[in-house]
Amino acid sequence: MAVPALARQDADDPAPLEHAPSPRSWGRAFGDIRKAVDQRELWGHLGWQDIKQRYRRSVIGPLWITISMAVTAAALGGLYSQLFGQPIGTFMPYVTVGFMIWYFISACVLEGTETFIANEGLIRFLPAPLMIYVFRTVWRQILFFAHNVVVYVIVLAIFFRQLDQPYTMVNNNPAAIVHPGLSWWALMAIPAFVLIVVNGLWVTLLFGIISARFRDIPPVVGSFMQLFFTMTPIIWTTDLLTGGAPGSPKAIIEFLAKLNPFYHFIEIFRAPLVGQVQSWTHWAVAGGITVIGWSLALIALRNYRSRVAYWV
Amino acid sequence: MVSIEVRGASVEFPIFDAKNRSLKKSVLGRAGGRISDQKVPVVEALRDIDLTLGEGARVGLVGHNGAGKSTLLRLLAGIYEPTRGRASIRGRVAPVFDLAVGMDPEISGYENILIRGLFLGMTRREMERRVDEIAEFTELGDYLNMPLRTYSTGMRVRLALGVVTSIDPEILILDEGIGAVDAAFLEKARDRLRDLVGRSGMLVFASHSDEFLVELCDTAIWMDGGVIREQGSLRDVVSHYKGRDVFENLSQETIERLERASVTGG
Repeated sequence: MAVPALARQDADDPAPLEHAPSPRSWGRAFGDIRKAVDQRELWGHLGWQDIKQRYRRSVIGPLWITISMAVTAAALGGLYSQLFGQPIGTFMPYVTVGFMIWYFISACVLEGTETFIANEGLIRFLPAPLMIYVFRTVWRQILFFAHNVVVYVIVLAIFFRQLDQPYTMVNNNPAAIVHPGLSWWALMAIPAFVLIVVNGLWVTLLFGIISARFRDIPPVVGSFMQLFFTMTPIIWTTDLLTGGAPGSPKAIIEFLAKLNPFYHFIEIFRAPLVGQVQSWTHWAVAGGITVIGWSLALIALRNYRSRVAYWV
Repeated sequence: MVSIEVRGASVEFPIFDAKNRSLKKSVLGRAGGRISDQKVPVVEALRDIDLTLGEGARVGLVGHNGAGKSTLLRLLAGIYEPTRGRASIRGRVAPVFDLAVGMDPEISGYENILIRGLFLGMTRREMERRVDEIAEFTELGDYLNMPLRTYSTGMRVRLALGVVTSIDPEILILDEGIGAVDAAFLEKARDRLRDLVGRSGMLVFASHSDEFLVELCDTAIWMDGGVIREQGSLRDVVSHYKGRDVFENLSQETIERLERASVTGG
């Protein structure tokens, strides 16, 4: 028998492990993020796998993502432009872009709540940074989003003339906002999307941790997202609300709409892509939410990172 | 430097039953002021574990079902961080637990090889280089293109062992369950595991098979009721655990092979 490696151990050596940081330390939390970034090949692959998996054995595969987006945009854009009496040439692109980014945001929130629950098997059997699963979830949404960008390009090609010049979203209202039309400002959508992704990460992380512990959270979040969808200007426009006297229902709804955090994120992305008036207040609100959200998510990561494996 | 140090570590699982696991109870329970009986019951799977493993450790883990072997393995793999006490694990860990878990039944064997490799810290390119070797070792051939759900248990074991033995982990953690493969493959896997154990810095292996333990390990830990009951040389610990000298029952052939291996292995 070889010399037992065990025998020469801790009989006289009960030294506390000072070099081992507590499970609840900032070092461990940031180490988790860093290691997950290093393993981007892994979550990149898993995210792709998720998409391929969903369309396995279907003939046109992920093209379904694009098609269903196109159908939604055409149907709702057509219907609501008639209901609200809005010119279809500007309303259709508005609805398309609104849906695109709303799908991304709501998927980050909804699937974020499931991110650790769904990966239970992996978490309990393979040592890996938790952020792997967060990146996997958000990366999958980015890939979905990329499929939907195609729809925007098509809609833009069709309605470019209407968007290329100043326009209003509301017919027959002299007080309506006049939008400047498409310009190079459209590129602002890129930093806007980056900011939205950054927010998608903290939402997924924070909601994922909370949901792993409290299993009521996913359905609660699900019903709230339904509510937010109707309250957020996606198939309607805040232009309809302008010009209301102070205290009037219109003014109150407009005020409420601005309290909705989703509105600001949608606006920073949509306004440049459809040539609407852009406002820095949306960026300020979105930036503030980013800072607060990431702070909360990091605290949750620090305190509960090591607990998730016990909870799932 | 490969090392595992554990001091006074306990692992306690909170058991949230359907009612406890809801916000309603914590929120309403708090409002009602009856927190004490709302407390989540806790199962103490490991208690006060002290362990130091250095480079070259080959540890067998024995104990009855439910004694905490698998939990200890997961503590050593870094999957569970101790709820009390500390654990410090240095080195790249490759665990093989319940072999079906951590594999996606819907994707092909090749994909599973790749994903498992990535999880174990390999890059995609490194895995692509190894895929042929793994295919050859596992003898699964065209089956690797089939979704994993079409595999038998033994075939999954082959796949998992193929991956883990193809990379060079510093800390290899094996749970029982590799007995599901047929005798011929077992022979082959044993050689490869020996090889691997020689290369890797550390092995912790839970098994009920005397033969495997004797071949792969030199020390042992006896787990009982979530605590370490005994640790020391393999022969002593396993003999105490089984109540008989395990080396007496080994087949002549095994003993000869062991001797041969220890000679060639230096």
